[in-house]
Amino acid sequence: MIEMQDVSKTYSNGVTALSRININIEQGEFVYVVGPSGAGKSTFIKMMYREIRPTHGTISVNGINLSKLRHNKVPLLRRNIGVVFQDFKLLQTLSVYENVAFAMEVIEEQPANIKRRVMETLDLVGLKHKARMLPTELSGGEQQRVSIARSIVNSPKVVIADEPTGNLDPDTSWEIMNIFDEINLRGTTIVMATHNKEIVNTIKHRVIAIEGGRIVRDEAKGDYGYES
Amino acid sequence: MKRRVITDMKARTFRRHIRESFKSLTRNGWMTFASVSAVTVTLLLVGVFFVIMMNLNRMATTIEEDVEIRVHIDVAANEKDKDYLEEKIGQLGGIKSITYSPKEKELDNLIKSLGDRGESFKLFEQDNPLNDVFVVKTKDPTDTMKIAKQIEKMDYVSSAKYGQGKVEKLFNVLKISRNVGLVLIIGLLFTAMFLISNTIKITIVARRREIEIMRLVGATNSFIRWPFFLEGLWLGILGAIIPIAVVSSAYYYLFDFIQAKLIREHFIKLIEFNPFVYQLSAVLLIMGAAIGIWGSLMSVRKFLKV
Ligand SMILES: Nc1ncnc2c1ncn2[C@@H]1O[C@H](COP(=O)(O)OP(=O)(O)OP(=O)(O)O)[C@@H](O)[C@H]1O
Ligand SMILES: [Mg+2]
Repeated sequence: MIEMQDVSKTYSNGVTALSRININIEQGEFVYVVGPSGAGKSTFIKMMYREIRPTHGTISVNGINLSKLRHNKVPLLRRNIGVVFQDFKLLQTLSVYENVAFAMEVIEEQPANIKRRVMETLDLVGLKHKARMLPTELSGGEQQRVSIARSIVNSPKVVIADEPTGNLDPDTSWEIMNIFDEINLRGTTIVMATHNKEIVNTIKHRVIAIEGGRIVRDEAKGDYGYES
Repeated sequence: MKRRVITDMKARTFRRHIRESFKSLTRNGWMTFASVSAVTVTLLLVGVFFVIMMNLNRMATTIEEDVEIRVHIDVAANEKDKDYLEEKIGQLGGIKSITYSPKEKELDNLIKSLGDRGESFKLFEQDNPLNDVFVVKTKDPTDTMKIAKQIEKMDYVSSAKYGQGKVEKLFNVLKISRNVGLVLIIGLLFTAMFLISNTIKITIVARRREIEIMRLVGATNSFIRWPFFLEGLWLGILGAIIPIAVVSSAYYYLFDFIQAKLIREHFIKLIEFNPFVYQLSAVLLIMGAAIGIWGSLMSVRKFLKV
């Protein structure tokens, strides 16, 4: 599903964020990416949806070789990848419904499909009853659920999340984790960078630990491994 | 893929782009107003300039026949020298015709043109004081002056006279106003384009979160760009409306007035309203659209890194 071979990334300012990464993530897996601040987790994740390109090595996602992928084909790759951020990135002037529908409209889905699919997805994240509200009228956890709904509304094969619970309190974080688990149970691959020790140690999944741009640990049902 | 996306664009998608572009127009308020005003001023000048230049050009061609350079040949020149001179003149660029007119014929013409008073000149038939003349016509009547000056410097030329004062003045006015007008218009075109590209930039900045998400969820580049092109297009087209209205109605109402005056005094006719003004309107509209699209292209290329 996601394969990296000998991948390195040196930013234009000379900082080497990742060096010689080799990884293979199968379809349907749930992977935590852990490590100290500045270790290279976000860099690792951004390369999967070709937000940044490696300076060395090859990456393939969903059978597509990203280094050979033409610039104008990147949108097609992105349609198979959902992305969730710490800061939600919702459009403040649009309602919950519109925020989720936006992701379908801009890839020119049929309006009939949009309505059905958006309501279905909002139901999955438990926000069907708040569809008409604006993001500013929601709690942080609810806003994150909207952003998750938006990331999965186009039924991607993989969802990539960079510290999705970073801004949330513990209780809310657990709710969000339950939603990710639910999505994963339906067959979607999940890659999640996180600093949340309790969650990693409780909801056991594969753990990839990065330190100083290198993978230092990769274990099934692993531990967080750091003091948080 | 890009091309396919554009040609296959669904009507629904296109309506969405139009809606979004109009939203930006109203949201940008003052910048929209400034851009449209800049286009309006520019095209107004272009329109007036066009009307004047086209009419002057037309006048120039109608009196073109009268425009000739009369090259007075030095009396010392023999036949060979004259042949040589004719060849030299022919080598200048932009010459339409060279006709030789011996001094006898010149005197005849003079006597005829003077009518009764010319009788007295008949005395000169024995000892003709006039010069032999080459009558030179240029392809572009506005070149007359320049070519006359070149000829004047040649050997065996005693003088090169051209046109009457009026014609020269007309050509002078034509040339100067053409150059001044062009410089002015080019400057204004760039100002208008710059303002439009700034307006589009503001839209891009205001929508960067939307653009970010569109990219994230896999909207194509052309899908993301279209609303900005349309916004530029509207700005240009909106800017063309007033100039078209002003120039057309001014031409319509002033036509008879100016026409009457010109015919009475100079036997000159203006270009007819139809189809000239319609063609001019089309030119203004297309220019407006081009300025708009160009302005948004600059901004999109610079600020919308997709
Ligand atoms: N755009 C950039 N340009 C230059 N250097 C960068 C850029 N982004 C990240 N870096 C550097 O690359 C290294 C890895 O950064 P990255 O954001 O991947 O770390 P991280 O593991 O996500 O950290 P955190 O846990 O704090 O989010 C850091 O040293 C960082 O300063
Ligand atoms: Mg990070």
